[in-house]
Amino acid sequence: MSTASDLYWIDSAARAQEQAEQLAGESLQGERMRINMGPQHPSTHGVLRLVLDLDGEEIVDLWPDIGYLHRGDEKIAENMTYAQFLPYTDRLDYLAPLANNVAYAYAVEKLCGLDVPPRCHYIRVIACELARISSHLLGIGALAMDVGAMTVFLYAMQEREKIYDMCEELSGARFTTSYTRIGGLSRDLRPDTFLPMLKAFMDAMPAAIDQIDGLLTRNRIFVDRTRGIGILSREDAIDLGVTGPVLRAIGVDWDLRKAHPYGAYPEFAFDVPVGTVGDCYDRYLVRMEEMRQSLRILRQASERLPGGPVNAPEAKWLLPEKRGVLTKMEELIHQFIMVTTGINAPPGEVYFSAENPKGELGFYIVSRGGGTPHRMKIRAPSFVNLQALRVMSRGHMVSDMMAILGSLDFVMGECDR
Amino acid sequence: MQVDELGVYMPVGGMLIIAALLGAAMVLIPTLLGMRRTHNAVEDSPYECGMPPLEEAHARFSVKFYVTAMLFIVFDLEGVFLLGWAAVYRDLIRPVSEGGIGWPLLWGGVIFLLVLEVAHVYAWRKGVLDWAPRPRARKPALEQT
Amino acid sequence: MESSLIVTVLKMVSVVGVVLGIVTYTVLAERRICAWMQDRLGPNRVGFGGLGQPIADMLKLLFKEDVVPHHVRRVYYILAPILVLIPSIVGLSVIPWGSTLGSMQCVIADVDAGILLAFAVGSLGVYGIVLGGWASNSKYPFLGGIRSSAQLISYEVTLAMSVVPVFMQAGGLRLGGIVEYQTLHGWLVWQQPLACFIFLVSAFAETNRLPFDLPEAEQELVSGYHTEYSGMKFALFFLAEYSNMVVASALLVTMFFGGWSLPFAPFNAPATSVAVGLLHIGVFLLKVFAVLFVYIWVRWTLPRFRYDQLMHLGWKAFFPLSLANIIVTAFIMAWRAQ
Repeated sequence: MSTASDLYWIDSAARAQEQAEQLAGESLQGERMRINMGPQHPSTHGVLRLVLDLDGEEIVDLWPDIGYLHRGDEKIAENMTYAQFLPYTDRLDYLAPLANNVAYAYAVEKLCGLDVPPRCHYIRVIACELARISSHLLGIGALAMDVGAMTVFLYAMQEREKIYDMCEELSGARFTTSYTRIGGLSRDLRPDTFLPMLKAFMDAMPAAIDQIDGLLTRNRIFVDRTRGIGILSREDAIDLGVTGPVLRAIGVDWDLRKAHPYGAYPEFAFDVPVGTVGDCYDRYLVRMEEMRQSLRILRQASERLPGGPVNAPEAKWLLPEKRGVLTKMEELIHQFIMVTTGINAPPGEVYFSAENPKGELGFYIVSRGGGTPHRMKIRAPSFVNLQALRVMSRGHMVSDMMAILGSLDFVMGECDR
Repeated sequence: MQVDELGVYMPVGGMLIIAALLGAAMVLIPTLLGMRRTHNAVEDSPYECGMPPLEEAHARFSVKFYVTAMLFIVFDLEGVFLLGWAAVYRDLIRPVSEGGIGWPLLWGGVIFLLVLEVAHVYAWRKGVLDWAPRPRARKPALEQT
Repeated sequence: MESSLIVTVLKMVSVVGVVLGIVTYTVLAERRICAWMQDRLGPNRVGFGGLGQPIADMLKLLFKEDVVPHHVRRVYYILAPILVLIPSIVGLSVIPWGSTLGSMQCVIADVDAGILLAFAVGSLGVYGIVLGGWASNSKYPFLGGIRSSAQLISYEVTLAMSVVPVFMQAGGLRLGGIVEYQTLHGWLVWQQPLACFIFLVSAFAETNRLPFDLPEAEQELVSGYHTEYSGMKFALFFLAEYSNMVVASALLVTMFFGGWSLPFAPFNAPATSVAVGLLHIGVFLLKVFAVLFVYIWVRWTLPRFRYDQLMHLGWKAFFPLSLANIIVTAFIMAWRAQ
């Protein structure tokens, strides 16, 4: 007869391994309790499910179980034009949709050999860095909430609200922005309204970061809860393909903005903060410093924002002006083709990855020509980073699990795709 | 006088009754006023984050909890002795000439506390007070998976 | 005899009533204060400025479906919240709420071993919590229950040890006597700051308040031992927690902050008229509210300890410190007496 634990067992290989370990005598450590954590749990950040093996409060082993938010984005992409897929990228890392839009647009532009004007590059940088701050604010707030400091979370959310206001000003939508287009942007930013908002935000943000800093960085309880917890070794991290702040917290200086510069990033001066140990506290510190560096980039970008058009000059890749569509035959036909069959992308394979708040977000596109990708693979940083969870949390206590989950800062929308 | 000394405890008994009645009433009233009971599978299954439970909830307690209970009995009972000593300390610490006991009272208490501390240090050194798991030898990541 | 019985019953009923009122409004105050700290509004719709919220909550809970899931151990499951509530209310009986009101003592049971009774009764609360966690027959409550038992009994020890110097100085265990001592010699918090601090922190742990709210740590154990509870039975746990807070605050005020007294007339001697007696009660309640505010303030400021850190703090820091404090106090008193 199969019991519930058989039915909900995840991985027969893991089970065989466990039985082998038990035979080897490890089971003498005490009676274990197997417990579900998630998908419906206050601190698994969405719908991650973990199966924990506990000895008292100690985590003997755990198996992450993902897929509760799987929508088949990669398959969906094969059935629609490049432009139509853009809104789906909003739903990957839904805490930083702007950055996903930008990464996807660059990937398709790389396939098509398009280059966008400098102003577009700059605005994309602004969008990416706003997304980074927004994502890190939530990551830090959630980490703080997971270790019990709920007020920090609400302070962080308050700042994020301003970023949402700016998203609205920028793209018209607060949450699912879909701001970029292939070869440009959905619309130019308005210097008279957006830039003052950005300036006010940049002026207020350092104080907000300092406030969080004051509540957490030297807080003895917070430090005790995070320092030395969830240490990931350099070798493990590189073997597992971990990227983003989690990797940099170990001291690996790997930031795609510097390592494989794209867009306008080479034109800005900023530092890539790295940690030393790679524990939860380092990950927190790296995120805090990255927010400050993002502000630095934002300041430079807004000061040096070039003029000119935001869309690529090659008209055949882009939707025509609405006024033209309404008055000219050729424009109407062009619009019709763009909407129904999409751009005529050349055959080929490209991989483009961008440094997203969570790590390296990559799009691997196989094209056989025409307006629809033949195959698309999304390299989601949350998915890859989550692999490190088991290595990081074995041997820690249940409470440490919360700090580790919080400091990994994953988003299940991106992980499950 | 004997009766009175017990008599002062009577209100405590009264409070006990009031509290019990209050608790019982608060549990009973909703059964009368509340919605009729419905039974469904979700309501009747233990909460385990929205998944069917993996196994029975009653595992054995970790032995650490028993040790904590023993520590509690040892130290809390000694604490009770100490309270008696403390209650009379101010009056009896006066020199013998003034009707007290003087220094012997202090030394008695100090020796008692030192014995207590020896037990505490013993438990400490034995690792009874260590709750964090000992760091296990970590295998490289790829062997684990 | 007859009249004193009536007076006692009146005192009991009024204390329970007033404390339950304080408790429900402390819940509201907590929600409003935390909202204020977090730049939110909090419940402000029911009644004037949200003052009707506790009543609305209570009515809602009374009319809710009384869920007893199938998998629980029924009798113990129902018994547990009552067992949690009883000690938290019985503990109120030894607290001197004021000096005198006419010829009446403002304490329900003026017993000699007042503090012993308070601690003994308070430690009974752990039974209800463990029983609730165990009877729920579910893993998160089970973990919460055993966590809680270890935490409560560990801090019970430091709680009892930390106040020993107070009794040495006051020369007795009667809480009323401690207040009278303080009217003559000043508040004990100045003479025993360490004891006061340890008592305050241990009281946080005993009442399961953040940073020690591990038994019900939402981010870890969902709701800890009351995960499987709902409706009024859940509210009883809640009520007991806040009532314990009131008891702990009242004990703290009584032992370290002079109880009903203030260091000037007419607050530095037992009341001679009813009006002054009422003022004394008011002063006491104000002090209790101040401590309750500290509870709320700390909760919304600090993160939570990890389980082993909490046990270390109790056993490896506070316990030896309390012992040292007792010895130092004993030496100083002996030296002064000679």
